[in-house]
Amino acid sequence: MSAVTQVVNLLAAILLLIAFAMLAQRRLLRLIHLFALQGGVLSLNTFVVAAALSQPHLYFSAVLTFVLKVLVLPWILMRLIERLDLKRDVETLINIPTITLIGIVLVIVAFNLALPISQLAGTITRGTLGIAMASVLISFLMMITRRKAVAQVIGFLAMENGLFFAATSATYGMPMVVELGIALDVLVGTFIFGIFFFHIRETFDSLDIHHLEKLKDRQ
Amino acid sequence: MTEVLLVLGLPLIGAVLLAASGDRPWAAEANTAVALSTLLAAVALTARVITLGPLVTMGELFFVDAFNVFLVTLTAFVGFTTAVFSRIYMRVEQDRGKLSPKRLRLYHGMYQLFMFTMLLALLTNNVGILWVAMEAATLATVLLVSLYRTPASIEAAWKYFILCGVGIAQALFGTILLYLAAERVLGSGGSALLWTHLNDVKGQLEPTVLAIAFVFLLVGYGTKVGLVPLHNWLPDAHAEGPTPISAVLSGLLLNVALYAVVRNKVLVDAALGTHAAGTLMMGFGLLSVIVAALFLSRQKDIKRLFAYSSIEHMGIATFAFGMGGAVASFAGLLHMTAHSLTKSAIFFAVGHAAQKTGTQIIDDIRGLIHVSPAVGWGLMIGGIAILGIPPFGVFASEFLILTTAMKDHPWATPILLLGLALAFASIFSRLQAMVLGESTAERLPHPPALFPVFVHLLIVLLLGLWIPPYLANWYRQAAAMIG
Repeated sequence: MSAVTQVVNLLAAILLLIAFAMLAQRRLLRLIHLFALQGGVLSLNTFVVAAALSQPHLYFSAVLTFVLKVLVLPWILMRLIERLDLKRDVETLINIPTITLIGIVLVIVAFNLALPISQLAGTITRGTLGIAMASVLISFLMMITRRKAVAQVIGFLAMENGLFFAATSATYGMPMVVELGIALDVLVGTFIFGIFFFHIRETFDSLDIHHLEKLKDRQ
Repeated sequence: MTEVLLVLGLPLIGAVLLAASGDRPWAAEANTAVALSTLLAAVALTARVITLGPLVTMGELFFVDAFNVFLVTLTAFVGFTTAVFSRIYMRVEQDRGKLSPKRLRLYHGMYQLFMFTMLLALLTNNVGILWVAMEAATLATVLLVSLYRTPASIEAAWKYFILCGVGIAQALFGTILLYLAAERVLGSGGSALLWTHLNDVKGQLEPTVLAIAFVFLLVGYGTKVGLVPLHNWLPDAHAEGPTPISAVLSGLLLNVALYAVVRNKVLVDAALGTHAAGTLMMGFGLLSVIVAALFLSRQKDIKRLFAYSSIEHMGIATFAFGMGGAVASFAGLLHMTAHSLTKSAIFFAVGHAAQKTGTQIIDDIRGLIHVSPAVGWGLMIGGIAILGIPPFGVFASEFLILTTAMKDHPWATPILLLGLALAFASIFSRLQAMVLGESTAERLPHPPALFPVFVHLLIVLLLGLWIPPYLANWYRQAAAMIG
């Protein structure tokens, strides 16, 4: 196993740990910090692969990831929770031990699903595809278990991080134009989520999702 | 090339201009004008394709073939007629104090942006950009669904945002896997995601990867098609948003999402060499038909009723493409066209009816025909057309789909028939009461825009009686490609 592969595997392991940490984090502020950290590790990982293969478009992708996911998105999220006065917000209604156990099951599922695909991928990073899929599934689990709108959105963005990681491990990233398009969508999406939080708050006086579950085919 | 640029550029420029000035008194007219010029550009593009055949342009960024050319025209056409309808509809809403000028500006800007994303999704040759455009379409419409800022509409928009966002993320993963398989054959770089290139080498793509990719793509784009069990966002978004948005969601967005599924199915079919992808689509399609038909009878809200009907019809089209073969795919394309035109016409009529009676509750809408014969007849004829009664186009496509199913998959026919019968029973009885019966409706400050309703229904009638030769030709070519 080459040194690069070892570094990449180490970074992937850190990403998985961050995914679990996010799953178990009750504080909104910490959640944003973890999200920024996840973006940082992701960017570093892309940078290492870029350096190892001297692929110019991967350098660009690493910079794009850093700017978007370490600087811009966390900044927007911080501003949002400041304006919404949610800095000390704590999610109380989550059963962390059970959720963590489900998360472990998801990791096993992800590794089994990734096995046939990673055998076909020709990349030096293919061993990390399982971790990428696990991060996607864990972020999905996080979205399902949270009751607060902001936390759900952070779960959504973390899921996009997992997908980005999957693209890097399986194929050294998508073509440039597609990557730019995805980045634009994520950025615009975060803005719209932000606008939306204010609308939800204005209408319901809270950002709890249970206000948003009344429309079930009311008769 | 000029035509493609115009088709994409006009709505984009329109979006920027209307985002800046969409609250002016003339904004609705400007919106209609932009939509009309987009339609003219699309017609020019179509004329070019009729004379010169399919084209790939701008360094292979965009392409037009038999499959997307008619969808581009259909999208531009429904975009225009909806703009005509929304001019009057939104004016009434504004008079009644439901909308501030600021929100009207948001509405006009986002409307054109939505048109742009739909046309981009159809015209792009890059399956990655197709994904980007589909996601952008969600982003453009989400604030429109919550335009009235009522608790229900905010809830609907949130659901729409989260469910479609998660769904479309699955499709991104599917696209990544597709790229992984393509890269091995076409080499890395931008060209490995170009559909024309993928289509050339589709037989050599790695089957295992594509099989997994298709599951993710179908679930992802299927969420936007509104396939059961991924349909939860659809009735809410249709019922709570402004009616012009319900019309374009049903008439355009669902079609384009199904287009994305079918484009990917072509590649997967060739790579797998089996009917697995088709079987999966047939399953989702049948489930959608039957579940939607069961839910139809329980609906009390007129827009929810027709939203469930959209789920049913997208299920029928998905089932048709799943069966595959020249006739079924032909019928699927015809069904997409006829459903899109009929359903948007119905939503136009429903919009006026709801404004006249001041409610969306079916039981409170009575005797439309006494107050406004045109709205009443529009709703009645539209309802008859969507229920698949001859001689309308929906009948022709459903007939073809049913006969093919009887021949190739006899087990599925009773399920389809049951779904259609249930839909007939639940929609027709309510239509009668709403259109005939004692009247409760009131006059509107502006006369309703009924020209779009009847133009759509006339075209659907025509499609049932006679399909223009070049359209039939495109359907046949596209069906041959879809297989």
